[in-house]
Amino acid sequence: MDALVNGLYGIPLLGLVFQFGGYVLAELPTFAHTAVLVAVPLALAAMCGVLCERSGVVNIGIEGIMLVGAFVGWYVGVLVVGIMGPGHATPIFGLTLPLVIALVAAMLGGMLLALLHAWLAISVRVDQIISGTILNIMALGLTGYLNTLIANQSPQGAGNFSPLALPAWVIHLPVVGWLLGAFFDQGPIAISTIAIVIVLQVLLFRSRWGLRTRSVGEHPKAAETVGINVVRLRYRNVIASGAIAALGGAYLSMEVTNSFQAGMTNGRGFIGLAAMIVGRWTPLGAFGAALLFASSTAIGQSISFDPPNGQLGDLIARVPPQFFDALPYLVTIVILAGVIGRSVPPAADGKPYEREAAT
Amino acid sequence: MSDGGATVPNRRGRSMRRIGRHAWDVLAVPVVSIILALLVGAVVILATSILVPGTKLDATLLGLPLRAYGALFCGSAGSPLPSFHLLIVTGPLVGCSGGSWDGFIETFVQATPLILAGLGVGLGFKAGLFNIGAQGQFLLGALGAVWIGSSLGTGPVIVAIVLALIAGALVGAFWAGIAGFLKATSGAHEVVTTIMLNYVALAMLSWLASGPLHQPGSPQPVTTDVGDAALPILFGPDGHVGIFIALVAVPIVWFFLFRTTKGFEIRAVGANPEASRYAGIRPKVLTVLTMAIAGGLAGLAGAVNLLGISHQMPASFSTTVGFDAITVALLGRSNPWGILPAALLLGAMRAGAALMQIQAGVPAELVDVVQAIILLFLVANSLLRKLPGLRGARSGLGTTDTMTGSYGSETA
Repeated sequence: MDALVNGLYGIPLLGLVFQFGGYVLAELPTFAHTAVLVAVPLALAAMCGVLCERSGVVNIGIEGIMLVGAFVGWYVGVLVVGIMGPGHATPIFGLTLPLVIALVAAMLGGMLLALLHAWLAISVRVDQIISGTILNIMALGLTGYLNTLIANQSPQGAGNFSPLALPAWVIHLPVVGWLLGAFFDQGPIAISTIAIVIVLQVLLFRSRWGLRTRSVGEHPKAAETVGINVVRLRYRNVIASGAIAALGGAYLSMEVTNSFQAGMTNGRGFIGLAAMIVGRWTPLGAFGAALLFASSTAIGQSISFDPPNGQLGDLIARVPPQFFDALPYLVTIVILAGVIGRSVPPAADGKPYEREAAT
Repeated sequence: MSDGGATVPNRRGRSMRRIGRHAWDVLAVPVVSIILALLVGAVVILATSILVPGTKLDATLLGLPLRAYGALFCGSAGSPLPSFHLLIVTGPLVGCSGGSWDGFIETFVQATPLILAGLGVGLGFKAGLFNIGAQGQFLLGALGAVWIGSSLGTGPVIVAIVLALIAGALVGAFWAGIAGFLKATSGAHEVVTTIMLNYVALAMLSWLASGPLHQPGSPQPVTTDVGDAALPILFGPDGHVGIFIALVAVPIVWFFLFRTTKGFEIRAVGANPEASRYAGIRPKVLTVLTMAIAGGLAGLAGAVNLLGISHQMPASFSTTVGFDAITVALLGRSNPWGILPAALLLGAMRAGAALMQIQAGVPAELVDVVQAIILLFLVANSLLRKLPGLRGARSGLGTTDTMTGSYGSETA
C-alpha cells in the first residue's frame, strides 16, 4: 500500500495533486472547522441577498449593512458595559447581558440601514445598484467617523461569544467526528447560521410566505392580482434581510474577534452576493457556495500554520503568502464566471414595481 | 423706430434670463443636494460630539460645525488674498490664518486623481456599466508606473515620465478589461468582479512592495522610487504637472464621447442595448472597450498621483479614490464638464479634511458621510424636485438609471 502511494506521489504533476489531496485529508478536522468559521459571514450575507432578490430587490449594500452591524454590536457592547458592568457569562456560549443587548442592537442597526435601501428601491424607485452603493459609502463613512471619534478613549468592549466546546469524545468519533466538530464546535452566531439557512430554505419553498415572496420576485403584477401586497412584502423582506446581514457583521466583531476595525468586512458582503448567484438564489446552494469560497481561505490558513512537506511543500514555499490572501477573491471570480450563464435570477429582480392606476 | 431700439435690450434681457433659468435647472439638484448634505453633516457633528468625554453641552457647542466647516474651507481654499475670502462669505467669518496658496493648490492636487478616475467611472455609466473597481485599477496603475519608472535607467526625463504614465494607464486598462471580458463572455456582473479585483490588487501591492519591487535596504515593505519619472512640481509643496494632465483629459474624453463614432456607440449601448444591437453595434466588444478605457483612466489617475506625490508605494497604501470617483461621476451626471467641478468640490473636501480634524477635532471621515448624503439627495431628487423653485429642475443623475437591468442576467 505504502509502495503504491509512494509510486503515485512520484508521478510529476499528478503526484502533486495526490500529495495535495493527502495533505488536505490529514488536515481535515482543522481545515473543515476553519472553512465553516470563514463561511459564516459569507453565508449570512448570501442569505440577506437571497431574501432581498427573491422578493425582487437587488441589494449590493450588504457589505455596508454588515459593517454597521459589526460596529453597532461592538460599540453598544462598550456602552452597555460602561453602564452596567461586564455581567456574568453563562457556561455555554459565554453569553452576557451586554453581549445579548449589543447583538440585538446590531440587528436593529442593520434593519434601519436596510429600511433606507427599501425606501429608496421600493418607494422612491431609484436605481437599486446606486442605492446599494450609497449604503456602502455611508456605512464605511459613518463607522469610520465614529471609530476615529472614540478611538483615543481606548473603549472597553463587552468581549465576545465563545464556542460551544464539544466534549473531546464527540470530536474524536470515527467518520463523523470532524464534521460535527466543524459545524458545532462554533459560537452561537455560527450555529444559528446553519439553522437560518435550513429554516430559510424550508420557508422559501414550503410555506405560504415563501410562495408569496417568490411570486413577488418573479411576477409582481400577477402577485398583486391575486391579492398580495407587493410593496409591503418587499419592505418586510428587505428589512428582515438587514437583520441577517447585520448578524454576519456582528459575527466578525463579537464572535471571531472582540473589536472593531474600520472596513473590517473586507468585501465579504460582495463575496456573499457571488455565493448567492453561484448557489442559484437558494439558501442551501448559497451556503454550499459560501463553504466553497471559504475553503480557499482555509487552505491558505492551514498552509501558513502547518506547511506541507516534501515536493508539494517546496512548491508552496515558493508561492508568495499574499497569493493566499487573494485566493478567495480569485476563486470567487472564476466560479462566478463559470457558473453564471446557467444561473438565472428571479425575473423581476431589480425592477421597481409600480402599481397601475385603477381605471 | 423707437420700438425697435427698445426691444433689443429687452430681448437680450430675456435670453439672459433664459440662460440663467437653464443653468439653474441643470445645477439646482446638485447644488441643493450639496447644501442639504452639509446641513445634515452639521447635525451629525453635533449629535456625535456627545460621544467625546468632556464635551460641554452649552451654546458654544453649536459653533462646532461652523468651526469644522471653517477649517475645511481654510484647508482647501485658504489664500493670502483677503478679497478672495470676501468673495466667499465664510472667509472673513473664519479668518484663515497663515495665508498661503497651499490649501488652494492642495485642492487641485487632491482633485487630479478624482477627475481622471471620475471620467472613467462616468464613461462606464454612459455605457450602462458600473465600475466599482476604480480603486484596484488606481492601485495597479500606480504600481505599473513604479515598475517602469524605477526600472528605466538614466535618460531624458520626459521619456521616463511618458513611459511610466502609459504603463500605468495600460495596467489599469488591462485590470478593468478583465471585468469587461468576463461580463461580455460569461455575464458575470462587473459590480461583483471589479470589487473582487480590488482585493486582488491589494494583495498584489502587498506582494510587490515586499517582494519583486521592494526598495532594497528598506526595513518597511515599500516599493522602489520612481527616480527620473517623478513629475515636476510647479506650485507650492506638491502642485505637480499632473494637474494639467487631468484638466486636459476633460475635453478629450468629452470629445471622444460626443464627437466620435465609438463615443456615440458607447452612449447608444448605454441608452438602449437592444436597439443598438439592431443598429449593428456589438455590445460585447464595446463592453470590453469601455471597461478598458475606464480602467485606463483610473490607472492613469494612479500613475499621475504616484509620480506627482509620493514617488514610491508602501504596502499599506490606502485611498478612497474608488468611492470618490463614483460620487464624482454621479454628481457630474457622467458628463466630463460636470465631472470637473464635482471632482474639484470633492478634492476640496479631501484637502481640507486634515485641517478640520486638527482644528475642530472632527474626524476626516466626515467627508465620506457628507458624500453619501449628497448622493442620497441626488438619487432621491424626485422628492427634491417637489420643492418650490425646483420644479423645472433636471433629474440629478442623467442617463445612469438603467444599470440594475443588466444585473445577474446574461448579456446576450
